[in-house]
Amino acid sequence: MIRVQTEAFDVNAELEKLAAGNPKIGGVASFIGYVRDESEGAGVAAMTLEHYPGMTEKKLEEIAAEAHRRWPLEASLIVHRVGRLEPGAPIVLVATASAHRQAAFESCQFLIDWLKTKAPFWKEEETGQGKRWVEARAADDAAAENWTQKDPAAGPKKV
Amino acid sequence: MKIFYFAWLREKVGLREEELTPPENVRDVASLLEWLKGRSPGHAEALKDPRMVRVAINQDYAAGNPPVGPEDEIALFPPVTGG
Repeated sequence: MIRVQTEAFDVNAELEKLAAGNPKIGGVASFIGYVRDESEGAGVAAMTLEHYPGMTEKKLEEIAAEAHRRWPLEASLIVHRVGRLEPGAPIVLVATASAHRQAAFESCQFLIDWLKTKAPFWKEEETGQGKRWVEARAADDAAAENWTQKDPAAGPKKV
Repeated sequence: MKIFYFAWLREKVGLREEELTPPENVRDVASLLEWLKGRSPGHAEALKDPRMVRVAINQDYAAGNPPVGPEDEIALFPPVTGG
């Protein structure tokens, strides 16, 4: 299940719903991303998240489908907020449920790593020096690329 | 052809979207971007560094220089920064 929304999400309710009614689930892993009050040495008063309606949902669905292809998942969830958010506000929730922890942990990290480089969202920060668009980080590209290389279907380089 | 702009490309171009009929010699992404640059100083500024421009055709990323047609939905935006 994927969702893009402006309002906050209730983590407990979301995680309970994810695992409810499926006794095959032995573990749920989750990641929550928050707005920080600092970025590249500047104080951040707020950020505004913009996205490409339509393509965002399509890419999130594709990323989730890829996680289900790679790991034996019972369920997964991506909730991403858009609009203006202040420091401390949750931006994104990613959760995966599987029989065992390894698949849940790995696929959860995969989802957030791929989301960061493939889903069409953009952050604009409000700092003391005015507004500025956040630049993509090479470290995020490297983290996403790492999963491409780890794909057992991609070639002979099996892990 | 419908063209969408996002983030700082939207600000530089000064438009969220526009409906355009490019000339016949615009057949692929590279020729489209070149033609768009001539539409206004804002377009030229937004598109001056192609390394900073990601292209989506019908809501999928375009790799290389694929063809574009009059029915396509094109989106131009900077590298994404969600999560």
